[in-house]
Parts: sequence; C-alpha cells; structure tokens
Amino acid sequence: MGAFAARRLAALIITMMVVSMLIFAAFEWTPGQVASKMLGPFATPEQVELLTEQMGLNRPAPVRYIEWVGNVLKGDLGYSTYFKTDVNNIIWDRLGNTLLLASIAFAIIVPCSIIFGVAAGMREGSKLDRTISVLSIVTTSVPEFASGVFLATIFVIILEWLPGASTLESGGDWSIASQLVLPVAVMVLFDLGYVVRMVRAAMVDVMMKPYIRTAVLKGLGFRKVVLGHALRNAMVVSLTVILLQINYLVAGVVVVETIFAYPGFGHMILESALSKDTATVEAATLIIVLIVVITQIAGDLGYMWLNPRIRFK
Amino acid sequence: MAQAEQALKVKSSGRFWRRLKLLTESPIGVAGAMLVLFWVFVAIFAPWLAPYDPNANNYEALADPLPNDMFLLGTDNQGRDILSRIIWGSRTVLIVAPVATFCAYVVGCILGLLSGYYRGWVDSVISRLADILLSFPAIVLYILIIMRLGPSAINVIVAVIFVASPQIIRIVRGITLEQRELDYVTAAKMRGESAIYIMLVEILPNTRGPLIVDSCLRMGYTTIQIGVLGFLGLGLPPPDPDWGGMVQETYSMMSTWPHMSLYPAIAISSLVVGFSLLADGLREISLRD
Repeated sequence: MGAFAARRLAALIITMMVVSMLIFAAFEWTPGQVASKMLGPFATPEQVELLTEQMGLNRPAPVRYIEWVGNVLKGDLGYSTYFKTDVNNIIWDRLGNTLLLASIAFAIIVPCSIIFGVAAGMREGSKLDRTISVLSIVTTSVPEFASGVFLATIFVIILEWLPGASTLESGGDWSIASQLVLPVAVMVLFDLGYVVRMVRAAMVDVMMKPYIRTAVLKGLGFRKVVLGHALRNAMVVSLTVILLQINYLVAGVVVVETIFAYPGFGHMILESALSKDTATVEAATLIIVLIVVITQIAGDLGYMWLNPRIRFK
Repeated sequence: MAQAEQALKVKSSGRFWRRLKLLTESPIGVAGAMLVLFWVFVAIFAPWLAPYDPNANNYEALADPLPNDMFLLGTDNQGRDILSRIIWGSRTVLIVAPVATFCAYVVGCILGLLSGYYRGWVDSVISRLADILLSFPAIVLYILIIMRLGPSAINVIVAVIFVASPQIIRIVRGITLEQRELDYVTAAKMRGESAIYIMLVEILPNTRGPLIVDSCLRMGYTTIQIGVLGFLGLGLPPPDPDWGGMVQETYSMMSTWPHMSLYPAIAISSLVVGFSLLADGLREISLRD
C-alpha cells in the first residue's frame, strides 16, 4: 500500500506539471495578449510594447513558465486584475466559503444516498425501488439553474420563507443559516439522485450473491441480512462514487453560486474568466485540479482499505 | 431456400420493430420518448408554431409582461414573446446538443479504438491525455475553453468534445481491449484485413450496446451543459434565443416577474428528463436481450 501511495503521488506531481503547462500554453504563450488585455482596447501598439517589456513578457516562453511555476510554489499566485488585489487575498476566503457549502451538502448527501440506495436496491423491482429510481432520474435531470428557479419561485416568492440571495452578509433580514438553505438544497437535489442510483446498483449486485442466499436460507431475518451482510460489501463499490462527489461539490458549484450570488470559489472562477483575469483563473484551476486528483487517490486508498482482496499493481 | 431467405428477411426487419415493441413495454421509456419527440416536433415546425418573431420587441408589452391572451406565456424584459422564444430555442438546443455529442463520439471512438487496438505507447499517450482532461471538473474546463476561444456555437461544440470524449475513449478502449483477443478479430487478421478495417468494421459495431445507452444519457447531459453555459453567459451570443440564456437575462428580475425565468427553466428540464427516462428505458431493454 505504501508503494502504491508513492506511485500515485508521483503521478499526481506529473499531472500537475502537465496541467500547469497546458494552462500556461493556453493563456500566456503569446505575450502581446497579456499586455493588451491589461491596457484595454484603446491602447496604442507602443504602449502595449512598453508594458510587455516592463513585465518581462518578451522573454522566451519556457523561461517565463519556469518563473511562473517557481512563484506559485513559493506561494505567490500573482495579482488579480479583476479583484484589484493579490490573488492570495481573495482565493482562500472564497475556497473556505465553498467548502462550507460543500461540507453541508456532503453531510446530507452521504446518509441520504445510502438510505435511499439500500432501500431501493435490497428488493430489485419492488414498488419502493421503482419510485426511488424514477425520482432520482428526474431530480438529476433538472439542471441546477432550473431547480434554482423552481425553488426560488416557491420558497422566496410565493411563501417568502427564505432569501433569494446568499451573499453571506450578516445584519440583514436573513441569518447566515437561512441563506445557506437554498444553495444546499439545489446541490443536494442535483447530486443526490446520481449517488442513490450508484448505491442502488451496488446493492442490487450484492443481493444476488450466493452468500446472501445462504444467509436468507439459514433463517436470518431480512433486516439482519441487509444491514449485517450486504451493506458493507455494497459500500465498497459506493465509496469511490461518494468520494468523487467532493469534486462536484467543490468545483461544480459554479452554477449554484452564480444563481444565489454566493461569494464562493466557483463564482470567483466565472467572474475572473468573464473579465479575462488570467492570474486568478490560473491559480484557481491549479487548486481545483489538485483537489480533484487528491480525492481520486483518497478514493483508491479507501477502496483498498475496505476490500483487502484488491491489490493494485 | 426461398423460405429460409424469407425467414431471414423477416427476422432482420423484425429486429427493429421487436426492439420498438420492447420499448413500449417500459412505460418510463415511452414517457421519455414522448417528451423528446414533442420537442423534436416543436423544433422542426418552429416557424409555423411560433406566433411571433422570437427577436421582435413589443414595447407596449413592457408595461405588463404577464401572460395574457395575446402573449400566452407573457413577454420578457425586452418585450419579446416568451412562447416564441422557447419554441425557437428548442431548435438551438436540439441542433447544438446532438451535433456536439456526435462529434465527441467520433473523436472518442477513434481515439478509444486506436488506444485499445494498438496498446503500447499509443495507448499510454491517449490514456494519459484523457486522464489529464478528466482531472479538470467539467464546468471549469468549459469556462477555460470558452474563455480562451470566445462564445459561439462552434466553440460550444469544441468544448463539449474536450469534456465528453475522454469518457467515451475510456468506454471504447475497454471494450476494444476485450474484443481484440476474440477469434473473429484473429480471423480478420488472417484474411489480411487492414487495421483500419478491423477497427471500424469488425470491432466498432460490437461497442454499440453500451454506447447507445451512454449516448442517450450524454445527450441529456450535453443539453444541461449547453443550458448552463447559456445561463453563465458563455453560450451563444444574443439575441437568438437559447433556454439557458433566457434564464440568465431575466433571473435577476425573478422577484417581480418570475414567469420570465420559470418557463424556459421548465422547457429545458422537460427535455433533459425526457432524454434520461428514454435512456433508462433503453437500458432496461438492453438488459433483457
């Protein structure tokens, strides 16, 4: 397991190198672009050239790439042209806000998906199974911005129970907790159905195994068979799926954060991309890919830990 | 002899109908197919169904945009008829989503076949690249690509190819690795068929089972993504209607005029639900065969 972890760590470093090269090639290869973007559409060619030289952008691309990577490794993520401050001043707060949203949603999705998935999968084709399956297909198929609109219509406009914007500013009419309800609800609605179907599929698979039949035939109660025998093995397969949801919850929340004007990481990526704020987009992309790859490794390690029969080469 | 031929003919033409009949046995699949067919119908006959020009502004309607006898679903923030925009918007999504999904499949199948058939360094290069693209969250990859290339229908398709094809590569590669060891491939090699022939004519048809269900799910997923790009302001440039863009333009006015965002949101949800239910029906059938 140690060797496996070391190999995955090496792969992680290589992935991050390639990703950083791709990002650099896409956004900073041609130096003129950066300066003309900063100066706006009315700059004269001389001004662009002068700034290019001042910023050292006329040096060869590989030199600038190494310098950029060096700065990032030292913790200097550059200056955000959109937020008018160092990227470091903005990015960590935003990541924290998103992690708050993501962890609440995760805390709801995990138990709910296991309960619904196991309930549906323990008797394949039963009425309960069909109801849960169809419901989860429908909720996963509604795009987040659409379910945001639906929930806002019901709870903000008709019932007036919740605020329509979640700017995390306290002191208004709405508490921070009430501001979090709708964004979390949209995330859970969109993501839960998918996880439920995965857990259900794993459960259906396990319930057809001979050892379950043996347990039933030796007279064990159905409840005990499901909870004592089937659950653990169904969880082995489901764990990876569940862990991978962290990626969606941290990175995929762009839409949710945009609907509710939530000051999170995804909304920050969108804002900075729309205003061509390269430094922020680059730093955010590196961080998000790092999170994704680390979760994948954690998923693999967890899988090994739960199922000792698996030995990774 | 003639009888045998006749029987063969009946069998091969009956296959399609048998599958169709099987689909009718799955009420969920039928419901999905009906939803999708409804929107296909609307998209094809948009010029005859839409009561107004989707981009025409009616400034008198601005005073009272709520649904009324003249504008059945009301008008939007620029006095445009929402019903007409939804009808024409179905064309946008039902052209861009299938074209984008198809292109992603072409790229994914070719690279997946190459990687599974040749293995070795070809496989390493293609698989590594796919892995790296997969380590980007889809939405972030979309934002990066559109930020680099600019918003347009073609660039949305390019972005879908980058996001979707790595997953297709994985599926096709897996099946190809399995199939290339089977006797029929060896037989084709002995006959002296070229590698391209073996990949496209011998192996590719055997990947269709998993790919049919996947393509249907993926169509729904691509529809969501196109809507999301429109909603984020990264989709097709205005004024032509697309459902996500319609929500984006009006959702800040939701507290006063919820209908402006509500109807396009219902439209896109119903289409994606249709694709997903259809995919579920197809999966049920493929399991039964």
